[in-house]
Amino acid sequence: MSDTRIQVPVVAEKGRIGTWLSMLWADKLAFLAALFLLIALLCAILGPWLMGDIATKQNLRGRNAPPFDLSRGWAYVLGADALGRPLLARIVVAARVTLLVAASAVAASAIVGCVLGLIAGYSRKRAAQWIMRLGDVIMSFPSLLLAVIVLYMLEPSVANIVLVLAITRIPVYLRTTRAEVLEVRERMFVSAAKVMGASDSRIIFRHILPVVLPTLVTIATLDFAFVMLAESSLSFLGIGIQPPEISWGLMVAQGRQYLTTAWWLSFWPGLAIILTTLSLNLLSNWMRIALDPAQRWRLEMKGRKND
Amino acid sequence: MTDHLLEVRDLSVEFHTAAGTVRAVQNVSWHLDRGETLAILGESGSGKSVSALAVMNLIDMPPGRITSGTILLNGRDMLTMTPEERRQINGATIAMIFQDPLAHLNPVYTVGWQIAEMMTTHGQPGDRARARALELLGRVGIPDPDAAMKKYPHEFSGGQRQRLMIAMALACKPDILIADEPTTALDVTVQAQVLALLEELQQETGMGLLLITHDLGVVAEIADRVVVMNAGEIVETGNAAEVYHNPQHPYTRKLIDAAPGKGQMPKERDRSGQPLLQAQKLQKHYGAFHALKGVDLTIMPGETVAVVGESGSGKSTLARAILRLDDPDGGRILYKGSDLMAMPPRDLFRLRRDLQMVFQDPTQSLNPRMTVFKLISEAWEIHPDILPKAQWKDRVAELLVKVGLTPEMAKRYPHQFSGGQRQRIAIARALAMEPKLIVCDEAVSALDVSIQAQVIQLLDGLRREFGLSYLFIAHDLPVVRDFADRVIVMKSGRIVEEGTVRQIFEDPVQPYTRALLAASLDPDPQVQAARRHAREELEQRIPA
Repeated sequence: MSDTRIQVPVVAEKGRIGTWLSMLWADKLAFLAALFLLIALLCAILGPWLMGDIATKQNLRGRNAPPFDLSRGWAYVLGADALGRPLLARIVVAARVTLLVAASAVAASAIVGCVLGLIAGYSRKRAAQWIMRLGDVIMSFPSLLLAVIVLYMLEPSVANIVLVLAITRIPVYLRTTRAEVLEVRERMFVSAAKVMGASDSRIIFRHILPVVLPTLVTIATLDFAFVMLAESSLSFLGIGIQPPEISWGLMVAQGRQYLTTAWWLSFWPGLAIILTTLSLNLLSNWMRIALDPAQRWRLEMKGRKND
Repeated sequence: MTDHLLEVRDLSVEFHTAAGTVRAVQNVSWHLDRGETLAILGESGSGKSVSALAVMNLIDMPPGRITSGTILLNGRDMLTMTPEERRQINGATIAMIFQDPLAHLNPVYTVGWQIAEMMTTHGQPGDRARARALELLGRVGIPDPDAAMKKYPHEFSGGQRQRLMIAMALACKPDILIADEPTTALDVTVQAQVLALLEELQQETGMGLLLITHDLGVVAEIADRVVVMNAGEIVETGNAAEVYHNPQHPYTRKLIDAAPGKGQMPKERDRSGQPLLQAQKLQKHYGAFHALKGVDLTIMPGETVAVVGESGSGKSTLARAILRLDDPDGGRILYKGSDLMAMPPRDLFRLRRDLQMVFQDPTQSLNPRMTVFKLISEAWEIHPDILPKAQWKDRVAELLVKVGLTPEMAKRYPHQFSGGQRQRIAIARALAMEPKLIVCDEAVSALDVSIQAQVIQLLDGLRREFGLSYLFIAHDLPVVRDFADRVIVMKSGRIVEEGTVRQIFEDPVQPYTRALLAASLDPDPQVQAARRHAREELEQRIPA
């Protein structure tokens, strides 16, 4: 076969941040995604402080006010909810709880699942069996039922919702990590490290984890959406986020009964969820390429199109 | 002018890649006649497969593009045909077999079904196709064809799978058979059988055989004419024997000189004193499979011991057992007199430095996410007493120069190197430990001949410089001949014969060693013809 390996010229050093930014700029979709996430993050941090008052102010004359009508002021550009509260302000304010719950749940389940998966995949002892059976138990138990039981017994607070969501998502990471570790540990470079006398922790963290991580990051971004929707179904059942606190999921759930008459109540927060996950997905796709030395040239080509 | 069976004229193919346009082949012309065997010889990256892929319409376009030339089949230009016409030709008139038969057989269908399918897609009725499949299985030498029809690909050995591929290729009685490295993945004795089968079938059917290979030995064994390719261009064409004895182009000369097994055999050395490493009665089971059945081995300081055997002989298991990557089930391993098996982990950790390994495939043995600097300096991270951190950079540069690379390559990643360069990095990594013994597990068998010669030269130079010992594991006898002091021949977990290189090559005692020697291919067509004669005699004397 013809050998078409490519000798990449070493890119001129221009600082780590500069290199990353230029790689981000090279993928326009990922750049937009990063921009959107940055805005969402700013909303989460500054939103309640800037628009907290507007978002909770009821205006019964503006109940279910339609979108794109500026006569009530800019805050009503996306319309108003059943109590006449401006949707734009509510979405901005809700970003905090939504992102907080989703990010902490995803992070917690990813870290716990990944650590357990590494142990289960790397050691062949009884502990590995126990971990896997634990994962099976969680998986075979309907996650919503588990959530209902836990949240019924405990207070439905943000912390508890995070806990419940994290527990139900652990097996996803656990199983993926274990499967990948089982494959990677048999690769030759792991044997090579063993011959050098590398300790188990060095092999796991320096050789196995970097290979497994891109897969986990991709799953985590997909899971982000799942967790946001799961939180909304908990809110729908009344054991999720409790008003007056708001989240995008809760807003979707609240708008459901007006779906035929006022679609915008559910549509805008739904769109926010979709755009966030889409952005995360695009960004994770970019990150997978940027983190892989063998793929990175795709982003370093800059302008030289290949078609 | 009479038409050739297949003729390629002035063919140029380009591939568009990130680094710009790569000219895979340029103005390549060759032809193939009925009943003839043409070999295209070249190293990886020479473009030897590209023209055959163009004939089979297997080049992905884009990124590939045929920029000039014609391909004439019985005088008709194939490049102007419709896709449907091309499809009719593939399989029926021109068939192809590949290097890795397992990858080209579908694991979920029986082989009988797959061979018959080849014919039914070209319009034969099912029952007749099955009858012919059965006949073909018998013809290519599969034992018990009736039962074999209902078996799945994984139930056959590597050599048998290649026979299945041949049966499949012959299903529609093609005029031309293209074989792309058909025996590269096979053991030497099996390789000889498969080549013999191809030759027999060619004589029977009168088809033209186009063989793509990197191996001068295969050319010597089977080819009538040879086309030598380098960097996308044909450098030489001619009769196989003539090209070997009277090469015109410097590249051909270099290639022929690089073929192993022609140098001086090393002198015998004194074997008194304490051995560096001793293995005694090593045993290893994998389930019911007995991989090592009591193997004894002694390596003296500064000595190179080669272990030669075919796949499944237990030679790699032996290497892994000695390095304690897989612990043996029985026996002892003594390093300078102390038992590695009974050693506490802390002492073993210190010993790890002395015993290093270079693996077969450098693409897999180097972590793809680490730079060359990190790969080499990891040794000193694990064993901080070897070298203080301030000196790492200089030492990495020094080691890279030592193995024939340049210091500025330390910043790059493994995928930016060629196969030979990667193996040099792996050797530099092993040297970073300042070892006493390096176990080379098929360390050169994945490399091109000319690169192979360079890497062996490098290893030989390092041995003299640092007084290293090697345990050199190979499936190929000629590679070992110029390099090793002693040779151990293994077969199904046992040592069959052991001796100095001279004893093994000039006066082998055991029939298995003789069969192995007879099956290995010599690059000289005349020597090879004589050797084949000897092999046929041997086969008559000891049936299978």
